[in-house]
Amino acid sequence: MKTLIKNGRVIDPANGIDDALDVLLENGIVAKVAKDIKETGAKTISAAGKVVAPGFIDMHVHLREPGHEEEETIQSGGEAAAAGGFTAVACMPNTDPVNDNSSVTKFILKMAAVGSPVKVYPIGAISHRMEGELLAEIGDMYKNGCVAVSDDGKCIMDNLLMRKALEYSTMFDIPVIDHPEAHDLTGDGVMNESVVSTSLGLRGIPASAEEIMVQRDIILAADANAHIHIAHVSTEGSVDLIRRAKKKGIKITAEVTPHHFTLTDNECVSFDTNLKMKPPLRTENDLKAILKGIKDGTIDAIASDHAPHHEDTKLVEFDYASFGIVGLETSISLALDKLMHSGLIDINRLVEMYSTNPAKILRLPGGNLSEGSPADITIIDFNRSVAVDKNKFRSKSKNTPFHGMNLKGAAVMTIVDGEVVFQVEE
Amino acid sequence: MTAWTKKDLLGIKDLSVEELELILTTADSFKEVSARDIKLVPALRGKTVINFFYEPSTRTKMSFEVAAKRLSAATYGLSKSGSSLQKGETLIDTILNLEAMGPDLIILRHSAPGAPHLISKYTQAGVVNAGDGAHEHPTQALLDAYTMREKKGKIKGLNVSLIGDVAHSRVVRSNIFLLNKMGANVTVCGPATYLPKDIAGLGVKVTTKVDEAIEDADVIMMLRIQLERQGRKSLPSLREYFDFFGMTEKKLERSKPDAIIMHPGPMNRGVEIDSSVAEGPRSVILEQVTNGVAVRMAILYLLLGGTRNEDTN
Repeated sequence: MKTLIKNGRVIDPANGIDDALDVLLENGIVAKVAKDIKETGAKTISAAGKVVAPGFIDMHVHLREPGHEEEETIQSGGEAAAAGGFTAVACMPNTDPVNDNSSVTKFILKMAAVGSPVKVYPIGAISHRMEGELLAEIGDMYKNGCVAVSDDGKCIMDNLLMRKALEYSTMFDIPVIDHPEAHDLTGDGVMNESVVSTSLGLRGIPASAEEIMVQRDIILAADANAHIHIAHVSTEGSVDLIRRAKKKGIKITAEVTPHHFTLTDNECVSFDTNLKMKPPLRTENDLKAILKGIKDGTIDAIASDHAPHHEDTKLVEFDYASFGIVGLETSISLALDKLMHSGLIDINRLVEMYSTNPAKILRLPGGNLSEGSPADITIIDFNRSVAVDKNKFRSKSKNTPFHGMNLKGAAVMTIVDGEVVFQVEE
Repeated sequence: MTAWTKKDLLGIKDLSVEELELILTTADSFKEVSARDIKLVPALRGKTVINFFYEPSTRTKMSFEVAAKRLSAATYGLSKSGSSLQKGETLIDTILNLEAMGPDLIILRHSAPGAPHLISKYTQAGVVNAGDGAHEHPTQALLDAYTMREKKGKIKGLNVSLIGDVAHSRVVRSNIFLLNKMGANVTVCGPATYLPKDIAGLGVKVTTKVDEAIEDADVIMMLRIQLERQGRKSLPSLREYFDFFGMTEKKLERSKPDAIIMHPGPMNRGVEIDSSVAEGPRSVILEQVTNGVAVRMAILYLLLGGTRNEDTN
């Protein structure tokens, strides 16, 4: 089977390509990228006026299956990913049961194979049941398809265990992903600690809770010569620490979420529980530091931290609401609008953060359009107007603070292994 | 004069100076009712008021109850321990059920900031915030302002110091919002561990030294220290707290002779305030409670749009 994508602006940062080119996909791989390809018998897709990029990868999502299929399944999450322009996602291990052994890993991959239109890469737990006490069978999970390890929101408090996890990960050349949060400093905080939390009387989560763990991770990763990946960076201090660590040559990478480069804790005055997540929305200064980190390369990737929650868990007092928001179907439009159209970065850098870098960080096939790479393609129309409508989400959950927002730019087609898995309705 | 147009009283933050003035002026006439032999006016006859107290309360709960009854409203009480909240019913479901009974006003005390704001979206009834976590306690700030104005003749230009557990106090926040709007100068004082992040950003002077807080103060408001919240990590002992922050005759020697002492209650004698100060000549602590009834009568009256035609009874 052949597919020819004609007349698009092809952007492939890994190969330094930004040019008007055609892309030929054949048998699930990229066969050729060149000017004016003539190919008889190929299905033709016109990409005139659009950007053709290697498939976007959301390296931080929660698919809830097994355990909370009422909030999301591997299939519904995969469909949401496809609709959001992603050809692959990496899913966190905080399912029920936890993905802390190869049987759960295999289950996830099996469900993905039969139900998900996009590729699903499981992230295994660092510790048994994510309890932060004993190492999980990281090697066995790696052998069976896990691409990284993380204890997700249950940041490991035991420094010795974290050190061992980093050392152990080097045997498989996989990153340890940390959600940096010192739980003793977070306490029962529900939003960022700032003048806003003070004014609202809501318990604060200090920036120090994140930064102290980012620094710990840097020290331990440097010592173990291991790859640490910092999830959803949210504070100015964290950005500074990561920038300095990179300068020293420490193997550290980092991601930010669209909500952390779009919103600040000022929004919380509405008590809207869809503004409650971890890490919390921070201050204007933090947002500026994140934008700077995106521009100068301190931040490697954008990841949504897609966290589906049932409406019932959000229709309660702010104190009692669940943490987290969905993000797969708003991520790219937010980035195009808030980062590219704002003039902060160009489309090349955006593709790098959505495709090239996530693939490098997780050592995935893809993230480039080299001949022989998987035929995973995201086509973008960065002038398309989007009115975010949560009722049209493919995700089973609708917990978004972006409902009703008007944005410019969207993914209009998603191709996985040469097959069109999503195409926007014209 | 401004007319009252709001459905709810959720916080001082939402009120204009004119609205604050309107409540205080309206309270004047209701104070007189409470001084009568027969403390009853028919203004809210036929109105249904639900006192929904999710958290324990003595003063606020009774004050609203007394205020509503003196206005001839029918009052009903619901507490967390006696309700199906204990069985896992959500706050929204609870309110929808109360709403089905057609109340005119719901007075809510709740431990979670924003709870009154949440329920106001689910009921046609007016909602009065009787304290939401560490967020706001608007009726307390209004009765405090009423008392300050009664004693000092004005609010604008007054130096008001709030001393104690600033972090966990809704009284502090509502007082700061109100006093700033009405032109007073606010100082907050307490142990560094009880001063919340960037409190100065709310437009107050901040100090950890009691002497500084009381020196120029016209009003000294003592706050309960809430040791149970952060426990022993925030404060070595109540003994040490009393030594540094507890209000005593000795410390008051540095204050203006006509400074008044206030406390929103409940009071912990020998912790934040010495009995000799609480009962001393400058204390207006119980007058605050008396004024609380008048101020709450004014609020209920304004929210429920009652008539002041007393001859109909």
